[in-house]
Amino acid sequence: MSRLLRPTLSVAATGAALLLLSGCVANNPTADAEHTAITVDSSSDACAIDTETAPSGNVRFTVKNSGDQVTEFYLLAGDGLRIVGEVENIGPGISRDLVVQARPGDYYTVCKPGMIGAGIGKAAFTVTDSGHDFEADADLTAQVATANTNYAAYVKDQIAQLVAGTDAFAAAYVAGDDEEARALYAPTRVHWERVETVAESFGDLDPMLDLREADLEEGQEWTGWHAIEKDLWPADAEPGFAAYTPEQRQALAAKLVADTATLNEKVQVLEFTLDMQTNGAIGLMDEVASGKVTGEEEFWSHTDLWDFQANVDGATVLYGGVRDILLAKDADLAATLDTEFAALQTLLDAQRDGDGFRLYTELSPAEIRAFSDQVNALGEPLNQLTATLVLN
Amino acid sequence: MNTSDGRSPGDSAEGAADRPAGAEQATDDAAAAPRGLSRRGLLGLAGATVAGIGLGIGADRAVLAASGAGAGAPNAANYPFYGSHQAGIVTPAQDRLHFAAFDMAGDAGRAELIELLQDWTVAAAAMTAGRDIGDFGAVSGNYDAPPEDTGEAQGLPESGLTITFGFGPALFRDAQGADRFGIAGRQPALLSRLPHFPGDMLDPASSDGELCIQACADDPQVAVHAIRNLTRIAFGRATLRWSQLGFGRTSSTSTAQATPRNLFGFKDGTANVKAEETATVNEQVWVQGGDGPAWLAGGSYLVARRIRMTIETWDRTILREQEAVFGRTKGEGAPLSGGTEFTEPDFEITGRGEKPLIADTAHVRLSHPSHNGGAALLRRGYNFVDGNDELGRLNAGLFFLSYQRSPEQFVTVQSQLAKNDALNEYIRHVGSALFAVPAGVRQGGYVGEALFA
Repeated sequence: MSRLLRPTLSVAATGAALLLLSGCVANNPTADAEHTAITVDSSSDACAIDTETAPSGNVRFTVKNSGDQVTEFYLLAGDGLRIVGEVENIGPGISRDLVVQARPGDYYTVCKPGMIGAGIGKAAFTVTDSGHDFEADADLTAQVATANTNYAAYVKDQIAQLVAGTDAFAAAYVAGDDEEARALYAPTRVHWERVETVAESFGDLDPMLDLREADLEEGQEWTGWHAIEKDLWPADAEPGFAAYTPEQRQALAAKLVADTATLNEKVQVLEFTLDMQTNGAIGLMDEVASGKVTGEEEFWSHTDLWDFQANVDGATVLYGGVRDILLAKDADLAATLDTEFAALQTLLDAQRDGDGFRLYTELSPAEIRAFSDQVNALGEPLNQLTATLVLN
Repeated sequence: MNTSDGRSPGDSAEGAADRPAGAEQATDDAAAAPRGLSRRGLLGLAGATVAGIGLGIGADRAVLAASGAGAGAPNAANYPFYGSHQAGIVTPAQDRLHFAAFDMAGDAGRAELIELLQDWTVAAAAMTAGRDIGDFGAVSGNYDAPPEDTGEAQGLPESGLTITFGFGPALFRDAQGADRFGIAGRQPALLSRLPHFPGDMLDPASSDGELCIQACADDPQVAVHAIRNLTRIAFGRATLRWSQLGFGRTSSTSTAQATPRNLFGFKDGTANVKAEETATVNEQVWVQGGDGPAWLAGGSYLVARRIRMTIETWDRTILREQEAVFGRTKGEGAPLSGGTEFTEPDFEITGRGEKPLIADTAHVRLSHPSHNGGAALLRRGYNFVDGNDELGRLNAGLFFLSYQRSPEQFVTVQSQLAKNDALNEYIRHVGSALFAVPAGVRQGGYVGEALFA
């Protein structure tokens, strides 16, 4: 897929992730009509807010930067230190929204044009008790921390299995044991696909490991899984396609092994936030929708359903990690997601063949359409996950 | 703009003053009346026993339509067909498009090609002036013959119709290198198939072509009428290879136009080359005298790319990422570096963590002239939705059209985008074509005449 850099953006966009703990998210205008709208004018020398008080519940600050520097806006707790909510990177002339779930108490508002120093216009802000019902969140912090830790461990485990599988696959390929290499291809790639949004977030490694032929630039060297895939399944190759020489095989296999080892080193230090997880699940289902349902990912081997199942596995793990948190916040959404994940798995199970799956080319148009419809049915509620977990 | 006088397009300079911005084709006062359709062209239309071929006198739709309608009536804009540049390039982008690519028939030679271009010229001049084609139009003529004009544009005003012609690389040399029309020696060095870009998934069924016609109008029926009749005229000499409808413009080519939105919901073409920027237009759009073959001076190169959007995936993407992908706000269209829509983006300004407010992979950054050696494109694309695919997804996207002085301008920009653009996650290029668009037509001449001189 033209997967270039989406993960980079997603990760870069997670500045607000930590804010979950204080129950807010930046720049997310809520569809909920029941919020208090407040405007803030952040100029070069003032932080003008149009009210000093609001009832408890969802509060939306629309922060307009009327100065000439990049600015930030903070809602601080009564100690004047702890950040309850923030919106950053507001360019001159731009407006951004900060929506917070504000509990009764004393707060401070402050702007920070230029993004340095203590900020200007720090002012007291009071949230009165409106009787708004807040869910208990005593265990939330611990749950989130556990989910983050567990997911990091899952990623490391999958990549470790990828390393072992890749070594065996490369050995068979170099030895000319094509039958064994073909047998190992899809089951090994499963470990990549389960954590694909993480694995491909390393912009230099991803093209070396997982680039498809159509994604090449003219003159660019083709390496990685799909270059080897074409050599192992040359039936659909263009006329005149020549099998790789033993030297080419050796070089491709050595690079695959080396790049996978590098990937393994890189994932050891990764840490995750909650919305990296929720957005990761969304990203995996997007991979399914754009590459696997269409049969474009495994163009030569047609083992797309292995990847499909692996992406779903990864999304299921991510969802499972936050499901307890979701149950407390929106049990209906959890029930919907449970149902849709199960329905998708039922469709996949129907295509199982031995230890694996039928080839993409063996599916009927109706079967492919059913997959596509179910991916959409799951995708829409799944994409409410981030906003639900951080706001509701 | 007064259309009620049913002015024919060659009616000279006095009309120039009230033409809309961008319709600045110099009036060519060649006295010769336009030739009528060739005998073959007429036979192709009607199979009628028309003896004399003269100035077309088909029904004047503009007169019909304008009766009772004052100046400023909807879709009353008209643009002269004749001029130093072809219309439909710097002309303010109309709302609708019908684009078609053709291949010459296997047995057609140079004479047939020239004759076809002459017939197309006559018909295009008539239709852009709001007239039916042929001597008798849609509902006159021999009762026992099919009408010359297909008739679905009767009663409709000109609707700003422009018809723009171009020549593909294969017209000069076919796939086997054969010079079927005696013009191989005049092929511009820059006119060859565009290179493969990363991510290209091109369908031959919506790519390339030996000839192209871009019909733009503010009424879709008028644009379709133009392509339909020009296709019919070509039967036996050229056949339709592929065609594309566009239902909404995605670019402004005049400062007088508001910026429209693409199907991602973002304003598109804010920083486009605009007709009023005459120095930029000359530098970036028109082929200049010393650039290449003399016959193409005053023309341009047209790139057509059919870009499929996976809008279902896009619609599930959080707003933060949508804006980061484009580098602009979705509402106002302001660059994320600040300001309003037309504020120049500041690619240096950084936010938290010293990261640029406009990401390194943002579309607005990678496509900006400052990141492409100054190369700019005059974009003239259209939104399309062609039903749905077999997976129940809207077959939707952007039919990208751009005019530039050299194809290298597009190659430079697209090489950047194909490699690094964050938008690649949500789009794929499925069709591609390149055409040389000759200069405008003088009265009595035909489009591309200099190529055969």
